[in-house]
Amino acid sequence: MARSITYREAINEALAQEMERDPSVIVMGEDNAGGQGSPGEEDAWGGVLGVTKGLYHRFPGRVLDTPISESAFIGAAVGAATGGLRPVAELMFIDFMGVCFDQIFNQAAKFRYMFGGKAVTPVVVRTMWGAGLRAAAQHSQSLLSVFTHIPGLKVVAPSNAYDAKGLLIQSIRDDDPVIFAEHKMLYNVAGDVPEESYAIPFGEANIVREGGDVTIVAIGRMVAMAQDAATELASSGVECEIVDPRTVSPLDTDTILESVENTGRLVVVDEANPRCSLATDIAATVAQDAFGSLRAPIQLVTGPHTPVPFADSLEDLFIPDAAKIAGAVKTAVDYAR
Amino acid sequence: MADERIQRVTMPKWGLSMKTGKIVEWFVAEGDTIAKGDDVVDIETDKIAGTLESPVGGLIRRIIAEPGADLPVGAVLAVVAPSEVADVDVDAVVEEAKAAIASGALEEDEGPQPQLVEVGGHTISYLTLGEGGEPVVLVHGFGGDKNSWLFVQQPLSEDRAVTVLDLPGHGASDKDVGDGSLDTLAGVVIGFLDALGIGRAHLVGHSLGGAVIAAAAKAAPDKVASLTLLAPAGYGEQADAEYLRGFAAATSRRELKPLLGRLFADESLVTRQLVDDLLRYKRLDGVDKALATVLDTLLTDADTQAIDTPALLEGVDVPVTVVWGESDRILPPPDGVGERVAAGHMLHMEAANDIVRHLR
Repeated sequence: MARSITYREAINEALAQEMERDPSVIVMGEDNAGGQGSPGEEDAWGGVLGVTKGLYHRFPGRVLDTPISESAFIGAAVGAATGGLRPVAELMFIDFMGVCFDQIFNQAAKFRYMFGGKAVTPVVVRTMWGAGLRAAAQHSQSLLSVFTHIPGLKVVAPSNAYDAKGLLIQSIRDDDPVIFAEHKMLYNVAGDVPEESYAIPFGEANIVREGGDVTIVAIGRMVAMAQDAATELASSGVECEIVDPRTVSPLDTDTILESVENTGRLVVVDEANPRCSLATDIAATVAQDAFGSLRAPIQLVTGPHTPVPFADSLEDLFIPDAAKIAGAVKTAVDYAR
Repeated sequence: MADERIQRVTMPKWGLSMKTGKIVEWFVAEGDTIAKGDDVVDIETDKIAGTLESPVGGLIRRIIAEPGADLPVGAVLAVVAPSEVADVDVDAVVEEAKAAIASGALEEDEGPQPQLVEVGGHTISYLTLGEGGEPVVLVHGFGGDKNSWLFVQQPLSEDRAVTVLDLPGHGASDKDVGDGSLDTLAGVVIGFLDALGIGRAHLVGHSLGGAVIAAAAKAAPDKVASLTLLAPAGYGEQADAEYLRGFAAATSRRELKPLLGRLFADESLVTRQLVDDLLRYKRLDGVDKALATVLDTLLTDADTQAIDTPALLEGVDVPVTVVWGESDRILPPPDGVGERVAAGHMLHMEAANDIVRHLR
């Protein structure tokens, strides 16, 4: 039976159910248990935003606190994965990828290839992304495209509680390194989630809404923004089809292309910086493979090419919203050759 | 004082998950006199569109719900009252109905929730609506669940208890089907009746569920008041094995959606939500194995039907009704057997009102 739980609870439940099912699953990261010196059970933090809360108590010895040394503990997780465990390591903010990036892109991502398929690296790096939490330039970035660039990594960006649980279970069962990107503004958003375990396959986009006039491809938190825009546009007779890729590597290009072949128009919404981004990547794929279907120039709705500002008013301006998305849709629909 | 002569046509609850419905088209107008059972309005849910038959008869005084309106279950759609009731009294009911919609109070009433019961080591999910009468139990088909009776259970439950259940491996029941044989599944249905304290019931089964209840009647005829088999498995050898095997194997929307079109005479009934709900079911741990196991009960290696339902029913002294959708592409209706309604394989969804009439 499905019941309504938050994105945070869905992630916690996925971890607990996989730890229950498979003794090789371990969890590690900064404050994931309770922090050095704390009694560690009742008052455990469960990570900076409480996602792993309660697991330390339920799975003694399998939830590890780590030092503030990402290079060391991400490396340890990668090594443990090659040695037979299925570690889920928490990189507190995606912004901290810089300090442990070698372990991810030049080690974990390469093992299967360099050892001729004889080695697998079933590690999951859970990490928080996105703007909106007033956390300033060093804790608000959307760096998914950097990981997506690298062959050998899978990159997952759930937009809702149901997807978060099913995609995390798939991530843990997957034999390749997975970057599991949790949008920090979605943790308290609830949705219907089955109590039972389930896995959502990678590379299977979700059609969130059907419509014949414009395809909106939106990622992470932007899916809900696109839904708000589509609801408003429907009242003026413009029907949007919203595609949520769910995983950006692999990317379900077939579903995106099929949708654009039906609608003839594409708007891509991603809050990341605009250059060399998921938005430009998706736009290029459609321009190359569905050029004949396009009836208007592809519209990109992204953050600007700046760091994420700390001032509330400027951060709000940075993030795409329903009005900006609706504006881009109107530009596409109103376009005349 | 409530005037008992004033009756209300309300938004029905077609299935557990239905929270709102959208008014598509009215077939009647203010001033028309309708009989109970007349088609009054087409309503679209997020799963499928259906036609509401009026639960009441009389003169339509007001139609409140405009086409296009999305209204919660229980919202008053129209007011029926004899001409001698004063306009002011009818309008008072209209105002009250609009206030109820505006207040949001209707959305909070979740209605009856499904229950769990242990049956011979299986956890079975079920939902009973209505009370009294000789109970009716509805059994879904391969890959279906209790929600497939969304248009049938509520109207049928107006004057009797009607129970829907999820077979093992399906819906919210556990996903262990054992050997998946007809006898095993029939044993669960019989055990389910016992667990609920139902001595004797009218059994209604769709597709695989039809063969399951036939096997149940053979094993325990004294528990079965009647059998109604809707597009039942096990009549003739032909089946759309490509659909059955494809459904069991599909993991993506792009694989599943074209297959689901074959279930209906009108393929446009396959909504995004219907596909999504089935994918959510198919992703649950254990479902792939359950479906693969039950598939062996349905099909031979040569892709013909493995079940012989008429043989099961030989010597079973229970009234049997068989109904087919005339455009069934999954299990083609055999010549000369049973009645026909205008529908595909999912006749209990596509021609629900005809099926309700058959069952009354």
